[in-house]
Amino acid sequence: MSDINSNIPEGELTSKWTKYKSSVPLVNPSNKRTIEVIIVGSGLAGASAAATLAEMGYKVKCFCFQDSPRRAHSIAAQGGINAAKNYQNDGDSTYRLFYDTIKGGDYRAREANVHRLAEVSVNIIDQCVAQGVPLAREYGGLLDNRSFGGTQVQRTFYAAGQTGQQLLLGAYSALERQIGMGKVEMYTRHEMLEVVKIDGKARGIIARNLITGELERHFGHAVVLGTGGYGNVFYLSTNAMGSNVTAAWKAHKQGAYFANPCYTQIHPTCIPVSGDHQSKLTLMSESLRNDGRIWVPKKKDDTRKASEIPEEERDYYLERRYPAFGNLVPRDVASRAAKERCDAGYGVGASKLAVYLDFKANTERYGRIEASKSGIHNPDKETCMRLGTAVIKEKYGNLFDMYAQITGENPYETPMRIYPAVHYTMGGLWVDYNLMTSVPGLYCTGEANFSDHGANRLGASALMQGLADGYFVLPYTIGAYLSKEISVKAIPTDHPAFVEAEERAKGILNTLINIKGTKTVDHFHKRLGHIMWEKCGMARNEKGLKEAIEDIRALRAEFWSNVRVPGTADELNTELEKAGRVADFIELGELMCIDALNRNESCGGHFREEYQTEEGEALRDDVNYAYVAAWEFKEGVNFELHKEELKFENIKVAQRSYK
Amino acid sequence: MSTGNMNLTLKVWRQKNNNTKGALVDYKLSGISPDMSFLEMFDVLNEDLINKGEEPVVFDHDCREGICGMCSMFINGRPHGPKDLVTTCQLHMRSFKDGDTIVVEPWRAAAFPVVKDLTVDRSAFDRVIAAGGFISVNTGNAQDANSLPIPKMQADAAFEAAACIGCGACVATCKNASAMLFVSAKISQLALLPQGQPERYRRVQSMVAQMDAEGFGNCTNTGACEAECPKGISLENIARMNRDFASAKFLSEETI
Repeated sequence: MSDINSNIPEGELTSKWTKYKSSVPLVNPSNKRTIEVIIVGSGLAGASAAATLAEMGYKVKCFCFQDSPRRAHSIAAQGGINAAKNYQNDGDSTYRLFYDTIKGGDYRAREANVHRLAEVSVNIIDQCVAQGVPLAREYGGLLDNRSFGGTQVQRTFYAAGQTGQQLLLGAYSALERQIGMGKVEMYTRHEMLEVVKIDGKARGIIARNLITGELERHFGHAVVLGTGGYGNVFYLSTNAMGSNVTAAWKAHKQGAYFANPCYTQIHPTCIPVSGDHQSKLTLMSESLRNDGRIWVPKKKDDTRKASEIPEEERDYYLERRYPAFGNLVPRDVASRAAKERCDAGYGVGASKLAVYLDFKANTERYGRIEASKSGIHNPDKETCMRLGTAVIKEKYGNLFDMYAQITGENPYETPMRIYPAVHYTMGGLWVDYNLMTSVPGLYCTGEANFSDHGANRLGASALMQGLADGYFVLPYTIGAYLSKEISVKAIPTDHPAFVEAEERAKGILNTLINIKGTKTVDHFHKRLGHIMWEKCGMARNEKGLKEAIEDIRALRAEFWSNVRVPGTADELNTELEKAGRVADFIELGELMCIDALNRNESCGGHFREEYQTEEGEALRDDVNYAYVAAWEFKEGVNFELHKEELKFENIKVAQRSYK
Repeated sequence: MSTGNMNLTLKVWRQKNNNTKGALVDYKLSGISPDMSFLEMFDVLNEDLINKGEEPVVFDHDCREGICGMCSMFINGRPHGPKDLVTTCQLHMRSFKDGDTIVVEPWRAAAFPVVKDLTVDRSAFDRVIAAGGFISVNTGNAQDANSLPIPKMQADAAFEAAACIGCGACVATCKNASAMLFVSAKISQLALLPQGQPERYRRVQSMVAQMDAEGFGNCTNTGACEAECPKGISLENIARMNRDFASAKFLSEETI
């Protein structure tokens, strides 16, 4: 069934990567000095790759649209990073991490990639600790772990609720070290607007200097995109305001296939929408589900305060439906269960689109332990709550503060109100085992690629994948390509391909400026988000998706005839930046709906209402859909489907159960 | 769902670029909801301006959850506004009253030149980090993470220093535009950890030298930086940096 080659090495699953590493062609040090690599994006996947390639001796240019590489959105990841260290002696292993990730992804990820990810996971922790990343420790001085959804071991390393920040600052410091040594040229406040292809190979980019508006041409023997996910296609998401698909989408339009675009992760625990002014949504880390119990009232349209609803009138629906995993079921399962309760009329809060995340039971439990540590026997409830609150504060203090700041409510006293929100995109540019896209010399790492999470990403696996790609995978695999490029001299940027790519970018910018319509960019973005959330969100069906495709096409036409972008293209113009990104989101939105319509099954984050079990669980179709849908862009915003068959040789494919 | 009922007067710094003069411009806003964040209030202002055919106010922002450090507004004379331990993006309109006049300016410091309106150039911070804010360990050389036990108190103290988001509020609030809190937080994080010891005295010298070269002022112990830091970074870090700097200059064999 496959018509694309994923270049997975032959041999046993467990030895593929080791063999690959010891047989991959190398580039000698004197050649590395003349080979230039462009990295777009400075998050975990981009910064780690830029630093590592520079350490190896390559000439590196790194680009980010923010004012500093330290701002990349990886910084906002809260909960943790998985690694198969088995420090807790609870039976973890490379195989278990591999197995949990494949199962968590609902059997829609590539075995060989995921096993490699599990193998290098342990190296990431070692590397980060060596860099001085202050991961949480126990009193004995050793690293601490906690649990995350979809697993039954404790393999998640963390730094309070700021794990992403600390890991990113580690990668950032490694990158800044190389910048200081002159090995990396850093271009901040630059946005990539085109990939330059020469003789079919990626040879550079066109980037816009966001301060001056100037378009710049940059040559590279290879180009790496570590540009993050596309969750902002929904307008409201937990992504940063600037997170966008533009770099990946421009690559897609130059021939890079876009894989599984419909696989989006709706995170179950986010702060609910408070009004039409909302510009973004804020996540409350999955780690909270270690100690928070999720419930709704048993009675429909119950308007009582949470504290007035007695224990026996509460429905802890996750514990009821999934006794084995309880509140720690994977994200897709938890999100759908919340939606199901709210749709059925059991939601809480003013909007009725929220469920409770309640820490009371575990606060009391911790308090009892603390009391017994201090020799207080039979402590009263008030003492338990006081002592327990201190424990909860130490574990999740910053998250509780953030919740209080945003909602104006005190979560130590009343349960949090939470609702699912768009958080992560499993789909992305198609890459082979080498992380190379379908354009030779164009690589894609981290969330921007599609490779490791299948149809649903497990918590604490994004940080792992971003750093695995950047520190330990790409630096090897890119050598296989670059070893054949050593005789290629740097191509002057007056080459016609650079001129033409710059003209394309300039043409789009000028068109946007000159429409001079009546509606703002945000107006269109919000309408796109509404279509996507309603018809391509947590639940999808054939009718809705067909409507959405029509709606988006009409929106695209309206955008290109009626958007208003003030100012000019040769200055700092934030509306122009947004307009370019929204234009790409509109095209991507259509492809997401096409992909969701094509996939006549439910799997992971993709839930088609027509395909569910009697109990309302996702119903896969392994006979017809055990493939990666890789879409090729065709003239005039059309898409052609290519399939990569997924072969499961080491794992028995089964209905996913967390009961 | 909340409905907006607040009326506000904004005085916002408008400046086309670093070569032109700026000025405070008045804007009237109505229908603001107390549940809006401060930046969402600016989104409303900008939508109004664009619809009126004017240019929107340019300001830096990204994650809008208080961690990326990009937002940087000087609100009523205080970086990140009136609330403690909060970034501009996490400030909500319920912290203001109906009828308030709010003055919004960019960070002001010689080392942070204005780019446009409320956006400034903080690349000096990156250059200070590039001068030594790291541990020199190449990818692939690390030993097993648990082969180096670190006492929890020490690890926690390093984490507290590492919580700095690099927003520059410390510089903006300091009458000397000193960057000592920012620089000392990174120096402390690494000085508190065993991994950071080999380069400890070299690091403090090169980072301080770069800090001075960037044109940041000196520290006169007013403590404004600590008071305004949205992440609660402690002044103790500055003391630690000064101790290490003195040790480096007087005792270390490696002076630079």
